[in-house]
Amino acid sequence: MAVTNNAMIIRRDLLARVAKLLLEDRLVEDIDRIPVQIRPKNGDVSRCCVYKDRAMLKYKLMALLGFSIQQEDEEITPLSVYAKRALERENISEPPLTVVDDACSGCIKANYTVTNICRGCVARPCIINCPKKAIDFHSGHAEIDPKKCVNCGICQKNCPYHAIVYIPVPCEESCPVGAISKDKEGIEHIDYNKCIYCGKCIVACPFGAVMEKSHLVEVIQALKSDKKVIAMVAPAIAGQFKAPLENIISAIRKLGFDDVIEVARGANVTTTHEAQEFEEKMAEGQAFMTTSCCPCYTEAVKKHLPELSPFVSHTKTPMYYTAEIARKAYPDAKLVFIGPCLAKRYETARDPHADYMLSFEEMGAIFIAKGIDVTKCEGTILDADVFASSRGYAVSSGVASAVQKALKNHTPITPVHIDGLNKANIRELKGFVKNCPGNMVEVMACEGGCVNGCNVIANYKIATRQIKEIASSSDNRQ
Amino acid sequence: MEKKLVVKICTGTLCYVMGGAELQVIDEYLPEDLLDKVDIKGAPCLEHCNNCDGPKAPFVEVGDKVIAEASVTKVVDAIKEALGGK
Repeated sequence: MAVTNNAMIIRRDLLARVAKLLLEDRLVEDIDRIPVQIRPKNGDVSRCCVYKDRAMLKYKLMALLGFSIQQEDEEITPLSVYAKRALERENISEPPLTVVDDACSGCIKANYTVTNICRGCVARPCIINCPKKAIDFHSGHAEIDPKKCVNCGICQKNCPYHAIVYIPVPCEESCPVGAISKDKEGIEHIDYNKCIYCGKCIVACPFGAVMEKSHLVEVIQALKSDKKVIAMVAPAIAGQFKAPLENIISAIRKLGFDDVIEVARGANVTTTHEAQEFEEKMAEGQAFMTTSCCPCYTEAVKKHLPELSPFVSHTKTPMYYTAEIARKAYPDAKLVFIGPCLAKRYETARDPHADYMLSFEEMGAIFIAKGIDVTKCEGTILDADVFASSRGYAVSSGVASAVQKALKNHTPITPVHIDGLNKANIRELKGFVKNCPGNMVEVMACEGGCVNGCNVIANYKIATRQIKEIASSSDNRQ
Repeated sequence: MEKKLVVKICTGTLCYVMGGAELQVIDEYLPEDLLDKVDIKGAPCLEHCNNCDGPKAPFVEVGDKVIAEASVTKVVDAIKEALGGK
């Protein structure tokens, strides 16, 4: 999500600095200087002091080197040691997320707190109605004991002065499946039996404590090697810069990739298969079919909506088909998927052909490090075999409309769009098994589509406009 | 006709990645009475990034004034100030 806030800007600054050091072969020598450069003595601070800020920057840099914070040797181990290890590493490690535990803990244990608006009234309905006896009176004011509070909110509803406020825990609030919660010490942990890799917690945390483990080291090392390196760019790319797709693709080539393949090419295959599958399923009398291209949604089905799995299309994702095409053309190359979200990083790690994943944000950081201005790059010629509708996959309703256009037997189709997964529509999806309002359900985990993924650069409204333009202007059959 | 205040928002890649992308919709944050007094446009790299050490992007020009590390509020405030508003 392209919401400008300091946590996001710090992460991008760190990424650009690491990318620069990697490109200049100075990573091991100079990475320990970064926290001091960003938080010099007597400069501005975000937390209590420069030392705490620097320590948090160090942990964030560990994640950008591809490590979990739990992989820390000793607190004293310098970043250069991890940098060396990252450069020698053979494989990317899972899970794709890590919580910087020291940066977390800013959030309160109980969601309800009594403010100084409390009048210390005689009625005291907060105390009388609390089912856990969690409220006491101290110096004329009510006080909630966080150890006893169960966040039911009854006290807030009963206070005649509106003196009790609800304070959200942003990461927990944003998680659509209850996968992130506090341990005994109040530190957030992700339960990977529940996590669907939507990345909403990354965006939500005001401390920037939830970090993706980057493949930046692997990708830049591959680009510097003699090996062929191929970029596969997700359709959402067309909205990421104030430049035409032709220019963006040539800018990516300038990063050192030997070829840049649009994932929209794989979307051609997805559309054709999915349209055929839809017509077969409807002919067999199945009530509805859902899309399968959003890995966050398919993960949600696996972990939270098993009853829906018979209805999910068996067609593979555009990335899968693109990687298959790329592997056939370049058997020994490193294949790098460039995309907008964490779920695709998770999918990349499981894909039989793709090797690494670069987020749009990380790609942007390499542009900065290399001094490439996308808007000043000359355009290339676009792949003429890509359907216009395939370039529209990144916007909500784009997939369903591509499938609709590709139907061969005029099977009646009523599309239903689930635009952004949240607690409410996950429940709604469950209900579809018994009663679905249409027969083709398109599910996108991010509101607005992939253009609003957790790692995008552009504002999603602008990106949507640009994508719709290219999806309708490309001159070909679909 | 009264001359409009020109607001140039850098769309160069450094500025765009460092938060300039969000500034492209600055018109959504402006009060209606100011909207027709400004001419907001995206501009190719304004070349301010070459003149300083360290990342000070994103850059925005409000009239003759250059705003570094521009945020929505900084730009809106600068527009109000330039137009002699409150």
